[in-house]
Amino acid sequence: MFKKKECVAMLLAGGQGSRLYALTQKVAKPAVPFGGKYRIVDFPLSNCTNSGIDTVGVLTQYEPLLLNEYIGNGLPWDLDRTYGGVKILPPYQGAKAADWYKGTANAIYQNLKFIERYDAEYVLILSGDHIYKMDYAKMLKFHKKRNADCTIAVLDVPIEEASRFGIMSVDEDSKIYKFEEKPKNPESTMASMGIYIFTKSKLVEYLNRDAADPESSNDFGKNIIPSMLADGQNMVAYPFEGYWKDVGTLSSLWEANMDLLGQKPEFDLSDEKWRIFTRHETLAPQYVGKGAEITNSIIAEGCEIYGKVENSVLFPGAKVLEGAVVRDSVVMGGSVIGEGATVSYSILDTNVVIGKNANVGGAKGDPDGVAVIGDSEVIADGANVGAGVMIPDVRK
Amino acid sequence: MTAAGLIFSNIHDKCIPEMTARRTMASLPFGGRYRLVDFTLSNMVNSGINKVGIVTHNNYRSLMDHIGNGKDWDLARRSGGIMILPPFVTAYENPRANQLYTTRLEALMGVREYITHCDEDVIVLSDSDVVCNIDLSDVIDSHEAQGADLTLVTKRMKISTDGVRGSKVIVYSNDRGVITDFVESTPLMTEEYDVSTNIMVFTRTFLVSLLDNAISHGYTEFYHQALPFVMPTSKLCIYRYDGYYNAISSLEHYFAANMELLCGCVRGELFGNRERPVYTKVRNTAPTKYAEGAKVENSLIADGCIIEGTVENSILFRGVHVKKGTTVRNCIMLQNSCAGENVTLNCVIADKNVIIRDDKVLSGSENLPFYIAKGKMI
Repeated sequence: MFKKKECVAMLLAGGQGSRLYALTQKVAKPAVPFGGKYRIVDFPLSNCTNSGIDTVGVLTQYEPLLLNEYIGNGLPWDLDRTYGGVKILPPYQGAKAADWYKGTANAIYQNLKFIERYDAEYVLILSGDHIYKMDYAKMLKFHKKRNADCTIAVLDVPIEEASRFGIMSVDEDSKIYKFEEKPKNPESTMASMGIYIFTKSKLVEYLNRDAADPESSNDFGKNIIPSMLADGQNMVAYPFEGYWKDVGTLSSLWEANMDLLGQKPEFDLSDEKWRIFTRHETLAPQYVGKGAEITNSIIAEGCEIYGKVENSVLFPGAKVLEGAVVRDSVVMGGSVIGEGATVSYSILDTNVVIGKNANVGGAKGDPDGVAVIGDSEVIADGANVGAGVMIPDVRK
Repeated sequence: MTAAGLIFSNIHDKCIPEMTARRTMASLPFGGRYRLVDFTLSNMVNSGINKVGIVTHNNYRSLMDHIGNGKDWDLARRSGGIMILPPFVTAYENPRANQLYTTRLEALMGVREYITHCDEDVIVLSDSDVVCNIDLSDVIDSHEAQGADLTLVTKRMKISTDGVRGSKVIVYSNDRGVITDFVESTPLMTEEYDVSTNIMVFTRTFLVSLLDNAISHGYTEFYHQALPFVMPTSKLCIYRYDGYYNAISSLEHYFAANMELLCGCVRGELFGNRERPVYTKVRNTAPTKYAEGAKVENSLIADGCIIEGTVENSILFRGVHVKKGTTVRNCIMLQNSCAGENVTLNCVIADKNVIIRDDKVLSGSENLPFYIAKGKMI
């Protein structure tokens, strides 16, 4: 039995996140760990829960095993519901056709039946690669008040960065009249956050039309939004203020982790009013040994620290042994930093082993970038891994 | 052999009245993120027991809040799962109204119906003052192999009289491990004995007949009446457990038992086995933050803390805040307690939600920790 839902969220979680290279060899981007005990997907899911949206379809395609297991029945996000809740939506074989998701719009198109089952009036489209806290209920209210066909959340970005985003040009009523994907000469500084609310009837109409067009690349940004705009549909920009970060690249992922540090962090995880939920591991509290030094860092349960940790984020079960130094780094779950080893300006994926007296990474801000060690890699005792090096190197 | 579990939540409340004024022994916070019942529950779950009853007496609201539907121990089950067994108190005028059980045997009599409704071969009993990580399936195997009616888990140890409230049950047995006598410990007994851990495996039908016998004879004592009565006609065996074991018997002992967790070997025995994790209620707090200028050594720290000062040889539970210029040494700070700026604490147990204002200096000593009750502001 299905109850009618006013708004259903569709979370696009099928992308590889190819610019995270070594970190997404085994998992999809939304499953990449973030912030000491979270995964990227926790942020949109927690936002849904905190905004009162209790029906979320998660569209998976690339390496879904871990993501499926992680989301499970949705209990950690309180999305294990009798009616609705979180549902994983993989590509499937239909009566007439079977196909992979060919693009963001196509993924939604193939799951229109899911939206219809809940008889939703509005559809919220989210992506699984941003770190932010946002009340979608306010955006929905705005959408309804403006009687819009489509509302796009926008963020004011510095003009010099504007050419990395989809840029909206709006009139004084914040009605969108122009949309450019990564413009060379941006006309405005309003960047699309990849968060859309559609009135369902319009969404269905345009998805059907898009599916019938063999030339289309079935993408929201490239096809659906421009064609709705061309037809003069009522499209409005919803201004968002606050922290929002695309963690699609290694440097932005590193930066976003660092944004959690400091006396007044740019992004606060311990906000009781807007909690970020996550699936927990069962581990003992962290133990800080004799002679350990920890400053300006975030450390999760199950860690054991005997060495020095500075300006870093450590995930559950990471170990820093005697004489080891971890500086300006992100160390994911279960990784072990051997005695006397130094890790600096690096991202270590899960279960990495750094041998005794090894050196990984360069000084913070090194022009060669962040060093990255992939899941379960072992760095030999005494080895030297320079700044910006990636192991395994999958950049080609 | 199939097994169901039965846990007594209140039996040892009197040992540590300071902290059980408003909670059960079972829900006593321990080791940074646990409550005592987590050890017993996890032992059962890790040994394949997925039907557990918790016998309660009074003050069990915090226990119910902690257990919830049992999901965190994987005990939210269609068949079996966890069940809280509150006492029966009739509201009508009745000479027995408001009379709750006073002994272990009476507690068992009160849940006779639960035991008869189980269809498992054996019932595993445990108190909730224990801190250990024991493989109960090994005890059950031994029970089956011996053809025993009761197998009692014992720990070989010296009886400490220092700051311990109440006595222990000493178990005497013959060379085949068959129990011959139970004796209550006295302060004069200073050698090593087989001490009952109160963890035991009963053949279920035997337990029911033992209770029926005890009821018809008007017995109230478990170790000294009911068991001796059946001893000649049944097989009561011991199982010597040689792993880490602690049973909380006073506030001083609670303090010492927590401090033992700072030893790597104790943590290893309790938490080191990946196949036998200790489960607890998930609270969803952010990871712990160490500010610039934080100094932490030899401490066990849960998630959600903010540390700006110095912490040494201490246990911090979830959400503890240690502010600038403050030194916390040899302390146990429970959930959401807060030490303000320029505070000095030594050998203090701060219960939940305690607030210690700026510039205070408080100290107890190792054998007499200074206890601050839940919610107090100093």
